[in-house]
Amino acid sequence: MSSVADRLVAAQPAPAPPPKPWTTARVTGTLLMLFWITAAVGLVIYLYLAWDIDKVEKYGPKFLSGLWTTLSLVGVSIALGAVLSLPVALGRMSTNPILSRLAFAYVYIFRGTPLIAQLFLIYYGLGSFREQLQAVGLWVFFRDAWNCALFAFTLNTAAYQAEILRGAIESVPRGQWEGAAALGLNRIQTFRKIILPQALIVALRPYGNEIILMIKGSAIVALVTVFDLMGETRRAFSRTYDFQAYIWAAVFYFAMVEALRNVWSWLEARLTRHLKR
Amino acid sequence: MDSYLTLLSFGDQGWGDEIAWGVLVTVSLALATLPVGLFIGFMIALGKQSREWTVRTAADIYTTIFRGLPELLTLFIVYYGLQIGIQLVLKFLGVEGTIEINSFLAGVISLALVFSSYASEVFLSAFRAIPKGQYEGGYALGLRHRTVMGKIILPQLVRIALPGLGNLWMILLKDTALVSAIGLTDILRQTGIAARVTKEAFLFFGIAFLLYLVLALLSSIVLNRLEAHGKRGEQMQ
Repeated sequence: MSSVADRLVAAQPAPAPPPKPWTTARVTGTLLMLFWITAAVGLVIYLYLAWDIDKVEKYGPKFLSGLWTTLSLVGVSIALGAVLSLPVALGRMSTNPILSRLAFAYVYIFRGTPLIAQLFLIYYGLGSFREQLQAVGLWVFFRDAWNCALFAFTLNTAAYQAEILRGAIESVPRGQWEGAAALGLNRIQTFRKIILPQALIVALRPYGNEIILMIKGSAIVALVTVFDLMGETRRAFSRTYDFQAYIWAAVFYFAMVEALRNVWSWLEARLTRHLKR
Repeated sequence: MDSYLTLLSFGDQGWGDEIAWGVLVTVSLALATLPVGLFIGFMIALGKQSREWTVRTAADIYTTIFRGLPELLTLFIVYYGLQIGIQLVLKFLGVEGTIEINSFLAGVISLALVFSSYASEVFLSAFRAIPKGQYEGGYALGLRHRTVMGKIILPQLVRIALPGLGNLWMILLKDTALVSAIGLTDILRQTGIAARVTKEAFLFFGIAFLLYLVLALLSSIVLNRLEAHGKRGEQMQ
């Protein structure tokens, strides 16, 4: 007596997947990846072949000091800009029409013009007022290109940070203010303990982008004789006519930006872990 | 006061015509970069949604690189790198001589690289904002992929992407100031020359500053109009 089980086909292995056709997308993708891989390998080979111990000994430390100049310039101007941005953001949100218009004009002017034009106006332009500045004792400050760059960057980033801060503060629902008022907190307490912590979480990502923009934007100080990373690169290139100077600068800037981006996304994940559902 | 007016007049004594030429160069550089950057950015955004992981990765590498480098450095690398590259190729072919790359072209290429990598993100998020049903509805009507893209997706995409692209245009306009570093006679270069010759640095850089501000103002007026035009089908609240 035969059972049904005897007549069943034994378990078969899964059929082989059909061959993937070489669609246009697949060909393009393979070619593009080949291009990037070739470019990366070519870059490494180029840097290996161009490695010259004399040049590295001569310009390597200068690159590092340029890197430090870039980082300190950006760090200090971001910090000072953050301080300056608070009154500007409060002015933007103020119900006083004069204050809010003044703050708006400040933000519009500094966000509407190129940072490089602001830097030139301060560094070269203030030279026209040398006597007046000397009279008030400010010339010592504005004589130095680094100080001028710091000044221009601080004013510029304050405008951007004020907008970030304002957007973040306005994103906190009104009910938070009302709830705090119902609990008997005054406005300053409410702002410090309830609004600001929530606003800063919203502002975290834009702040990260602003720092990245400043790192990249700071390269222009090389044009006003500050020897930051870009400045050292230009100096090395003009002395040696060796293109690897620019490639190394690209590697350094890229590493800085990517490191900051990764640190920031880690920070964001860490600080918002109580908001995850 | 009169001497300032003379300095700014058009003609031999003044710098008005030089600066006007600079404005023209700045505006035409930005306008020439825009279509190139939009096209590349759109292509990259399409690539980021591809089913092939190779296309997606290649597109991501592109954005990561050009968003991670300072615009000024990209400009220098394109400007000097192209010159050295072409010279090497010519040497290989047996032709000697130095080649000078047009700084306008180098400006368009490097600004388009930067613009397109940011634009691709704007396009990508606009693509994601369009519901899947829009595609499905199109296919259900028997339209080809091309027609669905052109007649259903693209019109909505442009409307959603417009504010983001408007911001990028403002950034592009400001970034054009960097090309003065490779010798292109834009606003900043021309006013810089005028400042050095006349020793009136504050006047001329102040004018450059104001010109950029005016350009930004004009752009925001045009962009607001465009956005209002894009929204004309939406219901008023």
